[in-house]
Amino acid sequence: MIATSQNAQSPPSDGTGMPPGRLWRAYLAEARCECFRALRAPAFAIPFLALPIALYLFIGIYLVGSMSHGDPKTAITMFVNFGVFGVMGPGMFGFGIFVATEREQGLLRLKRALPMPAGSYLLAKMMMAVVFAGIIMVMLIAAAVALGGLRLSVAQFVTIFVIDILGALPFCAVGLFIGTRTSAKAAPAFVNLAYLPMMYLGGLFFPLPRSIQFIERASPAFHLDQLGLLASGTPSLDQLALGVAGASSQGTPFTHVAVLAGVTLVFTLLAIRRLSRVG
Amino acid sequence: MSDHHLAELSGVSKRFGKTLALDGLDLHVRCGELLALLGPNGAGKSTAISLLLGLLEPDAGSARLFGQSPRQVAARRQVGVMMQEATLASELRVREQIELVASYYPDPLAIDEVMQVTQTTPLADRPYGKLSGGQKRQAQFAIAICGRPRLLFLDEPTAGLDLPAREMMWTLLCRLVKQGSSIVLTTHYLEEAEALADRVVVLAKGRTIASGTVNDMRALVVCRRIECHTSLTTKEVAGWPEVKSVRSEEQRMSITASDAETVVRRLLAADAHLAQLEVRRAGLAEAFTQLTQEKES
Repeated sequence: MIATSQNAQSPPSDGTGMPPGRLWRAYLAEARCECFRALRAPAFAIPFLALPIALYLFIGIYLVGSMSHGDPKTAITMFVNFGVFGVMGPGMFGFGIFVATEREQGLLRLKRALPMPAGSYLLAKMMMAVVFAGIIMVMLIAAAVALGGLRLSVAQFVTIFVIDILGALPFCAVGLFIGTRTSAKAAPAFVNLAYLPMMYLGGLFFPLPRSIQFIERASPAFHLDQLGLLASGTPSLDQLALGVAGASSQGTPFTHVAVLAGVTLVFTLLAIRRLSRVG
Repeated sequence: MSDHHLAELSGVSKRFGKTLALDGLDLHVRCGELLALLGPNGAGKSTAISLLLGLLEPDAGSARLFGQSPRQVAARRQVGVMMQEATLASELRVREQIELVASYYPDPLAIDEVMQVTQTTPLADRPYGKLSGGQKRQAQFAIAICGRPRLLFLDEPTAGLDLPAREMMWTLLCRLVKQGSSIVLTTHYLEEAEALADRVVVLAKGRTIASGTVNDMRALVVCRRIECHTSLTTKEVAGWPEVKSVRSEEQRMSITASDAETVVRRLLAADAHLAQLEVRRAGLAEAFTQLTQEKES
């Protein structure tokens, strides 16, 4: 709500105005607490921070590097693909499992009864997912430059970084949707049920046979990957398998952004509707 | 809504599937009072509070909080909440939890002050998940009062607390009421309502079956309780017309009677060795049991 200056000067005895400065701090406090929580939960922080970089080093740089005889295009494609893989996890699992748990444990109910600012709950979790995505991307970029010998400009790295951390948001929305509909115990299973096909059928780790490549387009991971590939000017794994040498041409940037924005919007709205009705 | 009512349910009905949780309930909270909301499980206490906090919408009737819809965050900025079933984030420290909730309010108390009055200062840097049950209640209480609320909703605030912690909370609740806060308390400890409440509302099957001061409640129930050591059996005594209920534990008999004098005369006549006779007015517990039983029958 909008506060008046009168409220700011004289704290309300009967009024309820919230000075804008305090409102802003409430949003920040929520986001900070959410990040602390995720970073302090070893079962969450360790897999989602360590796994992408460990797999990138082993598969992306070492295995694929030796299989492709150090092909620079393949190296860039693997970097972009692992970036997408890295930012998917915190959003989907962070929202899916935390929201389901908080619903079940009554924390969400308490927060709804308390005067928590509108949207603060979701924004804080999105911020947490974006911070995790940022940490993961910094680690991947550092590894790519130091060990992978990637030939990308600073501008390209920055673009891919921005695309991927914002690209965590559609996965947050899918995770949120799952978290609003399942129990805490069932949430990891349901999140995996969405996460694994999105990742494997999104063409991130191996090219799909040409006859079923259309499936890739159903995965938000594919569209995020395409944006990264366009920014880096390298072909996808599918195209590399077919011997295409140029930049990706599987759709326009506009289409990919529209799909990702659409997924974010639709799943967030469905989840908010559910939360406001059922809690 | 009346000026002196901070929160009000008017003719509220709420149904969950086939269950009618609230049936045209009227309930209000006055300024500066401690209202104890009592009732057996399933009476509708939680539903009533959920409606006052905007967690549910009534099917019929209206819920108002400070003259507004409870769904308005502005209304809830004057409210503090402690929920028995809520588990706070286990990874966050007690101080962080209080700081976070205090940030929701326009003019919260200083964090150190909150921790001092709720005796949570020694717990400040401990993660919530590592606290004992009683310490968790204390931390939740700190969260409830940190926003300097005019109205506090406390759901079983002393469940699981040891005696000193319970007394600390009782003292604090009395002080808050003296300072002008209003409190809505749901509790299973009738002695707690008896000791603290200015007013008691007893719910059963979604309706108010009695409301008034603790003394009003007792007066509603004409029964008195007689206790004594006797060799008479409960079976014999239970047959007497003035006796409402009787139970016996290790020779000590406890009788609830509508006409205590007649029963005492009969007891003394029937058992020459009767000893340790006590007669007292029914407490809130007896009143509560009788009221809810009457409603059910």
